[in-house]
Amino acid sequence: MIRFRKVFKSFSSGSLALTDINFHVAKGEFVFLTGHSGAGKSTIMRMIYADLLPSSGEVRVSGFSTERLRRSEIPKLRRRLGVVFQDFRLLEDRTAEENVAYALEVTGVRRNLIQPKVIRVLTQVGLAAKAGAYPRELSGGEQQRVAIARALVNDPLVVLADEPTGNLDDRATRGVVQLLRDINANGTAVVMATHDLGIVRQEATRSIELQNGAIVYDSAVDESEGGNQKR
Amino acid sequence: MRLIIREALLAFRRAPVLSALSITTIAFALFVVGLFALVALNIRNALEDVEERVEIVAYLMRGTPVEVVTVALGDIDAFPGVESAVYVTEEEALERARANLTEFQEAYDDLTENPLPASIEVRMAPGYRDAETVTRVAEWLGSFRFAEDVRFGRDWVERIDRLQNIAAVVGLVIGGAFAVASVIIIGTTVRMAVLQRSREIAIMRLVGATNGFIRRPFLLEGILKGILGGTLAVGLNYAAFSAINQVYTASFFNGLQALILVLFGTALGFVASAVSVARHLRKVGHG
Repeated sequence: MIRFRKVFKSFSSGSLALTDINFHVAKGEFVFLTGHSGAGKSTIMRMIYADLLPSSGEVRVSGFSTERLRRSEIPKLRRRLGVVFQDFRLLEDRTAEENVAYALEVTGVRRNLIQPKVIRVLTQVGLAAKAGAYPRELSGGEQQRVAIARALVNDPLVVLADEPTGNLDDRATRGVVQLLRDINANGTAVVMATHDLGIVRQEATRSIELQNGAIVYDSAVDESEGGNQKR
Repeated sequence: MRLIIREALLAFRRAPVLSALSITTIAFALFVVGLFALVALNIRNALEDVEERVEIVAYLMRGTPVEVVTVALGDIDAFPGVESAVYVTEEEALERARANLTEFQEAYDDLTENPLPASIEVRMAPGYRDAETVTRVAEWLGSFRFAEDVRFGRDWVERIDRLQNIAAVVGLVIGGAFAVASVIIIGTTVRMAVLQRSREIAIMRLVGATNGFIRRPFLLEGILKGILGGTLAVGLNYAAFSAINQVYTASFFNGLQALILVLFGTALGFVASAVSVARHLRKVGHG
């Protein structure tokens, strides 16, 4: 589903953002990417949705390889993904329903198919009753649910959540993590970047820890090797 | 297509101040271009008025048979660029002199013989009134055996020619400079509109919209702004023309010229939008 092979990323300033990144996320898997701010979590996320390309190495996502990826293929790749951010990135002048529908409209989905899909995902995230509300009328947790609904509406193979709970209180955080778990239970892979180790400890799931742009721990690898020690 | 139209129209509703600013900027930029075009148009009209008076007169030898003149008139009429050739007999010449130069009435009465020669008056068609063509035709008329003298006011024709050349060069330079300035101003205004919607563009890219799809509402918005700005510019030009026309008789654009100004605005709006969105999409990264 997602594979990073010997990936290095350096920016034009000369700073090395990622060093020899290797990991694989299987279909339907839930993975936490952890690490302090600047560890490389967001860089990895951006590479998955092809907002950044590796300086060397290969990133493969759902059959698309960065080695052969044409510019015109990027929208096709992104339609297989759903992306959620810390700052929600909703359009303030559109209702929750319109924000979700927008993701379908811009990809050319027929009008008569849009409404049922939007209602389905808003129901899934528990916001069907607030479909007509504008983002400013919703709490942070609710706004993030709208963002998740927008990420889900295209039936993605993977949901990428980059610090989705960073702006939320504890209660809303638990709700969003549970929602992502539910989405994963339905077969959608989830990659969630977070610096909140409390969340990771509460969930019995795979975690990859980054430090200074390198993977220092991957529970899938380390546990299969019989230990829980750091790499 | 419906979505593109909706998004383009929504852009006006969501940012009415910025949209109004864009349209006003386009309108004023085109107003200046239009004002200059009006000045150029009126200078051209004035020069054409003077040019229309350009006439080549071939004075004929006394006693030239009418048959010879009639044959020659046919040849002259068929000459490329000649609009009309009129034969003026000696009697007609005297009649005209009597009518136009009344102060010499007594002198005419004392005449025992008509001193005025017959002539052929040649008018050139528009586009053939330049010094070179007029001189060529005059020389050709002079080559007829019966032509005693040919006159056409060489100095005037050359002066009009020079004025027209100066007007054309100044028009091209200043008009071009105004057009370039308006492209820059309009480009900057449209860029502001694009930047204002950068968040929306980022979301569109994120959910898998193609660059072509992202561009279309902006292009339509640019076209609509261009049409509205161009139409407003024609209105402003008309207001300026009406004010000037009260003290000095001037001409305004005809329908086609006004349409060209609106189309120029439309093209500017389209190009400025296309360039601004393309630059923004390139700047915000891969994909």
